[in-house]
Amino acid sequence: MEQPEQNVVAQTETVLPKPAALQDTRPPDAAVSTGATVFETDKVSIYYGSFRAVTDVSLTIHENEITAFIGPSGCGKTTVLRTLNRMNDLVPSARVEGDVHYRGASLYAPGVSPISVRRRIGMVFQKPNPFPKSIYDNVAYGPRINGIRNKGKLDEIVEKSLHQAALWDEVKNRLNKSGLGLSGGQAQRLCIARTLAVEPDVVLMDEPCSALDPIATGRIEDLMHEIKSQYTIVIVTHNMQQATRVSDRTAFYSVLRDEKSDTRTGVLVEYGRTAQIFEDPQDTRTQAYVTGRMG
Amino acid sequence: MTAVTVPRQAPDLREPKGWRRSKNRIMTVLMLLSFVLVIIPLGFVLFTVIAKGASTISWQFLTGSPIPPNVLPAGIGGMWPAILGTLLITGLATLMAVPLGILGAIYLNEYGGRNWLAALIGFMSDVMTGVPSIVMGLFIFSIWVLHFGYSGLAGAFALGCLMLPVVIRSSYEMLRLVPDPLREASYALGATKSRVTLTVVLPAALGGIVSGALLAVARAAGETAPLLFTILTVTTANPNVFSGANTSLPSQIFSNASQPYTGAQDRGWGAALTLIAICFILMIAARFVTARFTRYSR
Repeated sequence: MEQPEQNVVAQTETVLPKPAALQDTRPPDAAVSTGATVFETDKVSIYYGSFRAVTDVSLTIHENEITAFIGPSGCGKTTVLRTLNRMNDLVPSARVEGDVHYRGASLYAPGVSPISVRRRIGMVFQKPNPFPKSIYDNVAYGPRINGIRNKGKLDEIVEKSLHQAALWDEVKNRLNKSGLGLSGGQAQRLCIARTLAVEPDVVLMDEPCSALDPIATGRIEDLMHEIKSQYTIVIVTHNMQQATRVSDRTAFYSVLRDEKSDTRTGVLVEYGRTAQIFEDPQDTRTQAYVTGRMG
Repeated sequence: MTAVTVPRQAPDLREPKGWRRSKNRIMTVLMLLSFVLVIIPLGFVLFTVIAKGASTISWQFLTGSPIPPNVLPAGIGGMWPAILGTLLITGLATLMAVPLGILGAIYLNEYGGRNWLAALIGFMSDVMTGVPSIVMGLFIFSIWVLHFGYSGLAGAFALGCLMLPVVIRSSYEMLRLVPDPLREASYALGATKSRVTLTVVLPAALGGIVSGALLAVARAAGETAPLLFTILTVTTANPNVFSGANTSLPSQIFSNASQPYTGAQDRGWGAALTLIAICFILMIAARFVTARFTRYSR
């Protein structure tokens, strides 16, 4: 499955000068500014029934940055992501311990409405999931939820969002055609446009490019760079190169096995600037993973 | 050193002969046979009804009133009271059962989850599917007709009770087929559960729900037994569906077919053809309506 990644990572082991992709050509701290804190998780553990999927995750996510979650399958990175906008509420047996703060407010305090949370924190999913509606109605769906009925205003939002998602030129002449008729990459950009249309504060992306070819992936990565000045992005990815290409910070998750009780749980192993995680990992597990010896 | 190049033979990519090929043939023929087997009764029914009923159909037949069974020729009696009764009673039953059934299915699939109430309702509705239609008629007779008398409404209750579990079951299965990622996409935009259900789940399942509801309507339109004790069988049109005895096409077919007179029997065949035609027209109309609503789903 991850053959291409491993090849490239193997290269980093043998060729001592760092590959271009890993070199941070940006000015040291200007591009990677430490913005305001958007999320702060405090010893978050997530259970599905009695199974503890993730244990004691504590991390801070900063404004206008792209934070990547990487790690082997089953390490709970998607689970943590879905905790950030309470999507896990949709899984009846899911339960969260610890606390997640979003701009100072507790997401899991009593009385917090997941609806209000999700209106600020949008999500793009692994598989493109456009509604069986027209392209226009797909993008206008969110604004309509928020009570925008004015046709002119909706037109404006739809055009702006499709522009942001770099899809406008491809679909401007068929806005009333079904969203299901788009190619995979177009459909995913439509889903991104749909998410941006409600002008969220944060965009969570759960492996948004895993179903796409390299060209479509490249477009979505460009898009992420373009919109990050306005949004805070958290992306789960299986593709380590993608993490190095797009993210400012990287969180590496891994699976912790307890041989005695034969249980496993996901843990956050290491979190830091992306360049540091890939070039100077502090934990041996991170090192093994990013160099391709594990996972 | 010159290597001797042996010309490589092109690989044989044809379908190999033998058992695999024969198996394919046999299964294809079996499938074709079973299709033909299914089509034969349908074809015979349609052929017989058209052959025996078509000559009876006339404007007079569709708009006139039934005449005594022993009168000949068939052409002078009419089915208007029965057509009106069937349309009114089935329509009323549809109005009761379809919205209720769809709401029930939405509760079962979207809201109930795995709680005991949803499980109980689901189970009871399945049990209700197995209740014989005549029992449903007797049930309405005992709780309604005995107190308020015969009426189209009583018949609609009986038909509605028959349709309800079918609508619940078919709608439930259709709602279950709506992929969760669609719901998640809507939730992720900050939609409430009711909005997700109304704007994403129901539209996505609409085609199937309408098909299921139509099957239930067609079944109900052809039911005789539950109407025997609830609307009686009269020979004059009763446009007031809420009071007074009424009649329906199946009831007229039944009473006409039970007569020894050929005139009555011919009128029975005519009524049968009329009923089939009504169901057919309903199906086509509903298909057109749903096609309009589901034009984006492919």
